[in-house]
Amino acid sequence: MSNDLDQFHAIFFEESLEGLDTMESGLMALVPGQINKDSINAIFRVAHSVKGGSGMFGFTEITSLTHIVETLLDDIRSEKREIQQPHIDLLLLSVDCLRDMLENQKNGEAHDSQQIISVQQQLEALLADTELPKPPADESVAITDKNPDTGDRWLIKFAPHPGMLRTGNDPVLMFKVLEMSAPLDVQVNLSQLPEFADLDPQSCFLSWQITLSANANREEIEEVFDWVEGDCELEISLINAGQPVTVKQLPGSVSPDAPISGKSAEEPPATIPENTHTPPGGDLSVTAPSSDADDRRRPRSDRRQTDRRSPALPQDSGSIRVNIDKIDDLINLVGELVITQSMLGQFNDDSSELDLQKFLDGLEQLERNTRELQESVMQIRMLPMSFSFNRFPRLVRDTCGTLGKKAELLLMGEQTEVDKTVLEKISDPLVHLVRNSLDHGIETPDVRLAAGKRETGTLLLNAFHEGGNIVIEISDDGAGLNHELILAKARENGLIGENEEVPEDQIYNLIFQPGFSTADTLSDLSGRGVGMDVVRRNIRDLGGNVSIQSETGLGSTVTIRLPLTLAILDGQLVKVGAQTYVISLVSITESLQITPQQLKTVNGQAALFKLRDEYIPIIKLSDLFGIDNAVSQLTEGLLVVVESDNQKVGLFVDDLLGQQQVVVKSLETNFRQIPGVSGATILGDGRVALILDVAGLTQSHFDQKPTPGHTINAAA
Amino acid sequence: MLANILVVDDSAVMRQMVSHTLTEAGHQVTAAKDGQQALTIAGKQKFELVLTDVNMPVMDGLTLIKKLRALPQYQFTPLLTLTTESSAEKKSEGKAAGATGWIVKPFQPEQLLGVIQRVL
Repeated sequence: MSNDLDQFHAIFFEESLEGLDTMESGLMALVPGQINKDSINAIFRVAHSVKGGSGMFGFTEITSLTHIVETLLDDIRSEKREIQQPHIDLLLLSVDCLRDMLENQKNGEAHDSQQIISVQQQLEALLADTELPKPPADESVAITDKNPDTGDRWLIKFAPHPGMLRTGNDPVLMFKVLEMSAPLDVQVNLSQLPEFADLDPQSCFLSWQITLSANANREEIEEVFDWVEGDCELEISLINAGQPVTVKQLPGSVSPDAPISGKSAEEPPATIPENTHTPPGGDLSVTAPSSDADDRRRPRSDRRQTDRRSPALPQDSGSIRVNIDKIDDLINLVGELVITQSMLGQFNDDSSELDLQKFLDGLEQLERNTRELQESVMQIRMLPMSFSFNRFPRLVRDTCGTLGKKAELLLMGEQTEVDKTVLEKISDPLVHLVRNSLDHGIETPDVRLAAGKRETGTLLLNAFHEGGNIVIEISDDGAGLNHELILAKARENGLIGENEEVPEDQIYNLIFQPGFSTADTLSDLSGRGVGMDVVRRNIRDLGGNVSIQSETGLGSTVTIRLPLTLAILDGQLVKVGAQTYVISLVSITESLQITPQQLKTVNGQAALFKLRDEYIPIIKLSDLFGIDNAVSQLTEGLLVVVESDNQKVGLFVDDLLGQQQVVVKSLETNFRQIPGVSGATILGDGRVALILDVAGLTQSHFDQKPTPGHTINAAA
Repeated sequence: MLANILVVDDSAVMRQMVSHTLTEAGHQVTAAKDGQQALTIAGKQKFELVLTDVNMPVMDGLTLIKKLRALPQYQFTPLLTLTTESSAEKKSEGKAAGATGWIVKPFQPEQLLGVIQRVL
């Protein structure tokens, strides 16, 4: 039976985690002393929902903690307690703890009991002067009466007040439920029934006397009448077997075979009839006592769900919320497509000559429909950046607190939409970069004041679309990057030689090398040297790039450029021998033909190309991929100059073919990973074209061949 | 008796679980996420039972019950609250608003089915 509810776990976790986000931003917006009733209620409701849901699934630790949180919030919202900063901080801490607990529960991992106990104790201390009610999950149901011996009976006298029916309760149904515990018989008392003409059918004038076998226990009986307490007269007593059943015959009560007399007052004591008697309104059939009653008594503690998760449940939320308008657009466009298709289909039927122009028009329409459909579908996978940005206010607040710095976070372009997968994968790099800015960029308040700046630094997160990409900027008005410090650290870590000179635009690149770090102490945040190179790698994996601009004393800006979607690429088709390759347009800076004067060789081997002031290494794709029949004379083919992370290479190809949008198919899932290739696509003529991994090619080239004065060796 | 039931709760997971339990038992279930939405739906369609959470945005459960009782077609309809609190205070608050009774959260699906037999 518990398995039936397991299917709802995923929704519970999703809903609860979202709720915690709402709770967090609500808490952060609270100002001690000023209470917004609506905010507090919203915050309370989250705790309430999480408690309720976790209780349903038997997640007892979560239920207990949420219960205490809810109690505190309840005190605050009913104004029994004034909200102060320590309350807010503790509640935020509780949110963190609950988040962790939910994630642990979701992933089938053990809870961090230290964390839980700590938070719980702090909450309890805060509530110390209020009596903590016990969490409902711990309530045990006490059985007050032991079952009497068989043969004994319960006598229940039940007299509803006239208005009882208006509560929606129905005596007949109540008796039916009672009957599930034990066989019963019922006697009705009609004495209060007025004459028909005066009868108000919406009021109750009847009362009953019920005898119930004592197999049932008192608890069960009381429960049936639970809801009508106060709306009736109720008496439950135990009649022992062997006692003459002196049922007080109420005036006017009727035994089954007596004629209905209405208001007769005297009746001899009668034995309780064996068969059930029909109260007005329905039939009571004798049914066997059910064991449902026992189930209700089962202690709640054994409902504790297993912590092991069934492997079928997804770890990550593999779902997305979509605005219904987007779906409607999609439906419209598919409709248009169907129309176009049937229109084109007509040409098949027509026995007359093909009207070429009309056919071409139809194809054009088809192209339009397909394009619109494609755009629309991609839109569905897009989410606004706010989903990622929304974690930063809290992060900035906490990080500043830890570092003793003051910074104001500004968010711009939160509505900029980006593919869900891109969004998810860019979050961690963004976190790292923000922490970096706060740690190394923004100075401490006194340093800032001494430099004539405002005490509170500014951190700006900005997202916008530009040329088919999404650009995310992280800017701070801090100290900027210190060239000397960077060079020193690079030398220290062996990234560059002691006396090696590095051109200015390459200095920032040093930061991205593995093993680099300027932190003096390994602060937990971003001091570990693994940070920036992982950031860059993650961004590259998304098909994007990252660069830094900085001015000493004024601040720095990290710019991340990402494709809007991973599924589609704007590509330049190139020909090498008989093969066609695709190069992402974003990475191409220019394409040109080489003149002999521009060619230089180094060590007799590697060819360099002089492009204005720079020397750019040439990679012959025919050599790299082992292709025959390709153009080999460097002056007879074309050079496609590509750039990745401020490094340029020239890819030598036979010829340029067209530019087009290609659908990216993963090579890995269909075959295996190949160095130099990031994916594949199928061209219009059905042939497969491989998509070049520009970043990878560039990187590996520079890894192998140190070119003096130009490039930095990546640490091995 | 199989019935047309309205379930009101601001938690999607609660709505889904309760609906699931009731639907499996053969009932016809409609769900709403707050009192206002529930009231609108109840006005257009007659339900034989309403189960409502108490704490909800826009319109809470007790207000919903009060307003339903004011409608002629719901004067005698069972209206039950789904509540995590079972204090006497809360019980009388519910009844004062016109509730038929209450179901204490958390509950097992079988419990739910058992309890609503008192009114369906």
